[in-house]
Amino acid sequence: MMLKRMKLSTKVYLLIGLALAFLPFINDSRWFMFLMIQIFVFAIFAMSYDLLLGYTGIVSFGHAMFFGVGAYSAAIVMDRMEASFVSFLLGTLVAVLIGGFISFLAGMLTLKLKSHYYAMLTLALAGMFLYIAERWRSVTGGNDGFTFRIPELPGFLEEHRNFVIYLFCLLAMILLFFGMKRITESPLGRVLVGIRENDQRVESLGYRIMPYKVLISVISGMVASLSGVLYAISIRFVDTSVFDIQVTLDALMMTIIGGVGTLTGPIIGSAIINFSHHYLSDLANIHWIFQRWMILFGAIFILAVIFFPNGIVGTIQNKLAKRKTKKKQYDTTEKSLRKEGA
Amino acid sequence: MSESILKLESINTYIDQFHILQKVNFEVKKGELTVLLGRNGAGKTTTLRTIMGLNPASAGTVTFKGENITKGAPYQIANKGIGYVPEDQGIFYDLTVGENMRVAMRHENDETKERLDWSLDLFPDLKRFWKKPAGQLSGGQKQMLAIARSFINETDLILIDEPSKGLAPVIVEAVIDAIEKIKDRTTVVLVEQNFSMAKRLGEKYYILDNGMTMHHGNMKDLEQNEELKRKYLGIG
Repeated sequence: MMLKRMKLSTKVYLLIGLALAFLPFINDSRWFMFLMIQIFVFAIFAMSYDLLLGYTGIVSFGHAMFFGVGAYSAAIVMDRMEASFVSFLLGTLVAVLIGGFISFLAGMLTLKLKSHYYAMLTLALAGMFLYIAERWRSVTGGNDGFTFRIPELPGFLEEHRNFVIYLFCLLAMILLFFGMKRITESPLGRVLVGIRENDQRVESLGYRIMPYKVLISVISGMVASLSGVLYAISIRFVDTSVFDIQVTLDALMMTIIGGVGTLTGPIIGSAIINFSHHYLSDLANIHWIFQRWMILFGAIFILAVIFFPNGIVGTIQNKLAKRKTKKKQYDTTEKSLRKEGA
Repeated sequence: MSESILKLESINTYIDQFHILQKVNFEVKKGELTVLLGRNGAGKTTTLRTIMGLNPASAGTVTFKGENITKGAPYQIANKGIGYVPEDQGIFYDLTVGENMRVAMRHENDETKERLDWSLDLFPDLKRFWKKPAGQLSGGQKQMLAIARSFINETDLILIDEPSKGLAPVIVEAVIDAIEKIKDRTTVVLVEQNFSMAKRLGEKYYILDNGMTMHHGNMKDLEQNEELKRKYLGIG
């Protein structure tokens, strides 16, 4: 009954999710599962970025800050306490709360101004967190970082720890995807799109836009922190690289390649970037020129922007919509011609 | 004599270093359609934006239903019952027609539902293209959507900025018909360069020139006054 009421797109997403859950039964190699976990984690991170950039038009240059805060909060709590599910839950809660609080502060300070102030403040804050992480060695381990233990799983699950983490990250990605999709399709989401297109117009329709911007900034910050938690758990290690600007640029590229304002786009973008990173680096065994895989990746990025100006998902969606409109126009013309003939 | 719903007294507005409005005085009576006339750059659009709080006045007073709204934020002014249709229509291209209407509808109640039905009867095209992205509508349909959207909430005054701009004559006729029906339900301030449209709809007029109020009166009198039309509107 519930399945009947579901939209076709929801059924497709769930089917893909189910297929991904069974993927480790086809390829259970350690590196493949690790790669897929990275894809899921960065898909969540990129979706949180899309919520800001794609749906509200807010540019952040320091989104890595939330990712890093999430990773460090969870890692520090689990390292200081005994590795248990309680410490895991507490670490996650602390990460999400700190992420939410920082994004609230950044939003309150700058979102009343033009968007680039938010971009600059988040960049500055990310730099500040990187500095703190480097200097506060007793807690963060400085540039060397630190490893930590995660709770042991009950019974036979412990033997399949990587598979459990794989499923956990996949489930988190699916749940967060549907959660964010719900937000973007709600009245709140429509107001956010309005703000992105013309914030003055939204204000003169009677909306105070500041709370909307701050709210979405907080949600985005919390989701990004959660992706940081998952990242730290998946590698059981954390170092200062989580605050690197490259992490933010990765999220930006994933969102642009996949399609800004689509949510599914960042997932595809994450898969493309993580796969490219892995396979292009591997090509170094064939020829030394591939050691500079970033050059190749740059070429792929340029081609993607040329052939998919709205990102992969955005361009496909536009083409399908145009085809639908053309078909409708054709049907209407045919109908009227038939009427005239009769 | 009907009561005043909107009053601008000695309004001065700056945009950056430019002194756009210079002591503009302007009064709108409840239930009337008042037209703001003037050449390009006379300050008509800035007057509407000042009323809405989008370009706040640096001096002077804007009074709406007896309340001083000069320093109000745009959302506060809109919530007091002023609808605004900007020159560029301001519709959200990525949202469907239905979503555009729903964003504008701040509260869903019997009153807004009745207004929505009334708007859709007034502009049947909006019903036809309800699920179509607003960016794909024609110029006329976009204008209809912008007007319908400004009217969806309980509104005592609607400010409409150049609704005929860039539209084909046949579409302008449809817009005139719609505004005529809207003015039976609410007070309207119309900025319009198309004098034939202005004289068909307007009861009162104000002429702005170089950011100053130059003349005002009954539209019927202006129709007869060739000198005034030639001097300030470049017609006649």
